[in-house]
Amino acid sequence: MNAPVVAEEVQKAARRVPPPMAMLAELTHRCPLKCPYCSNPLELVKRNEELSTEEWASVLKQAAAMGVLHVHFSGGEPAARRDLEELVSIAREAGLYTNLITSGVGLTEARVKDLSARGLDHVQLSLQGTDSEMADLIGGYRGGFEHKMKVAAWIKAEGLPLTVNAVMHRRNLHKTRETIALAVTLGARRIEIANTQIHGWAVKNRAALVPTRAMVDECTRVVMEERERLKGLLVIDYVPPDHHSIYPKACMGGWGRVGINIEPNGKVLPCHAAATIPHLTFETVRDKPLAWIWNESSSFNAYRGTDWMPEPCRSCERKEADFGGCRCQAMAYAGDASATDPMCHKSPFRETIRTLVEAESETGEIPGYEYRIM
Amino acid sequence: MTGTPEDRLPETATPRLPRGVRVRFDEARNTHMLLAPERAVRMDPIAAAILAETNGARTFGEIVDLLAAKYAAPRDQIAGDVRRLLVDLMDKRMLEVSP
Ligand code: SF4
Ligand code: SF4
Repeated sequence: MNAPVVAEEVQKAARRVPPPMAMLAELTHRCPLKCPYCSNPLELVKRNEELSTEEWASVLKQAAAMGVLHVHFSGGEPAARRDLEELVSIAREAGLYTNLITSGVGLTEARVKDLSARGLDHVQLSLQGTDSEMADLIGGYRGGFEHKMKVAAWIKAEGLPLTVNAVMHRRNLHKTRETIALAVTLGARRIEIANTQIHGWAVKNRAALVPTRAMVDECTRVVMEERERLKGLLVIDYVPPDHHSIYPKACMGGWGRVGINIEPNGKVLPCHAAATIPHLTFETVRDKPLAWIWNESSSFNAYRGTDWMPEPCRSCERKEADFGGCRCQAMAYAGDASATDPMCHKSPFRETIRTLVEAESETGEIPGYEYRIM
Repeated sequence: MTGTPEDRLPETATPRLPRGVRVRFDEARNTHMLLAPERAVRMDPIAAAILAETNGARTFGEIVDLLAAKYAAPRDQIAGDVRRLLVDLMDKRMLEVSP
């Protein structure tokens, strides 16, 4: 039985924000690859601005105490940090489920063994293509594919569970079946077939990335087929591209509701792309406790819940399902972060964007990529 | 994967949570959670009790016997509940079974 509580405390409890489930720890923006779909911002955090090992240790402990369950070590390439192993240990000791999101470049057999011994729970290895020619063209890094194959074998030898992250776009979408087959060969338990989101650097390459509708339909069909065929062997998570669906995705599962992102310099964001919303100020873990930022900061409360919504979201029956979609996409296309996600069929911008994107995707040749120079 | 739930998880099979899947008590939410890659599943007390006995050494039959005795419930009913949970976890690749 619960102890009786006074009315005021009941109210306070009702207002209390549920704790985050997952934290994305972007350890560094440094990365040897140059994926044209990279969603990291145009302006990257420099090495000398990165949080120190001690600062990350504090963030990890604070997160665990708040109720975060999963920590995703990401970047950039997290293996570019020499203290990755130490941070995994600290996170495990704090009770967190530790996931490494990596391109594999920078990992050696010894490092994989060490990470495994320290209790790393899971690895997500990105795959740019199904052969070295395509993968290395897309990743902009020669030898990347071959190295990845080795990394996958080291992971398997350790018995570490592996998820393959396949980012799909115009150049590789027709290889969906081969991609899934490769994941099985590598011993993955799970694959994410994710159509690229157009954020950050990817905006520069939109015309080269967005697939045609026919390609997407075929990919969806293949995924459904393979999902049935490989049931119990490989779990297939599928993210279709936004501009072909009627409703937007629940970006981040809702603003300030499930996830929390830490940039390499300690800036705390409700979503990876949130810094593109110019009127918001984001706090850093260097100045404020993480729990305060989650519960009290103006940035996390700006689009939390449904109270901030204008029409048509306000009276829409889906508002608790998708939370009005992505604020950053609204900012980018509608010029207003509180607008309905422009990918929603109720948005006045939807048709214009769809026509634009589809026209780009139907051009015969795939335009050359613009690579990031680090 | 084909076969009836009974074929896939017979009495003599030994189920276990593979590496990367674990149950932990979550103080912040005051509940047991099953943690797996990208998944956190709230466990009701029954599911938590089943997984607490799934230690990689006991067979399915032994787990059912144990729970039937503990909760003084009909064995068939317990076997059904346990099998439903474990086969569902097998489909999600959150549970491995050795024959
Ligand atoms: S998307 Fe590619 S370039 Fe960007 S951080 Fe990830 S691996 Fe590096
Ligand atoms: S109107 Fe808003 S809440 Fe309704 S489906 Fe579109 S984005 Fe979601």
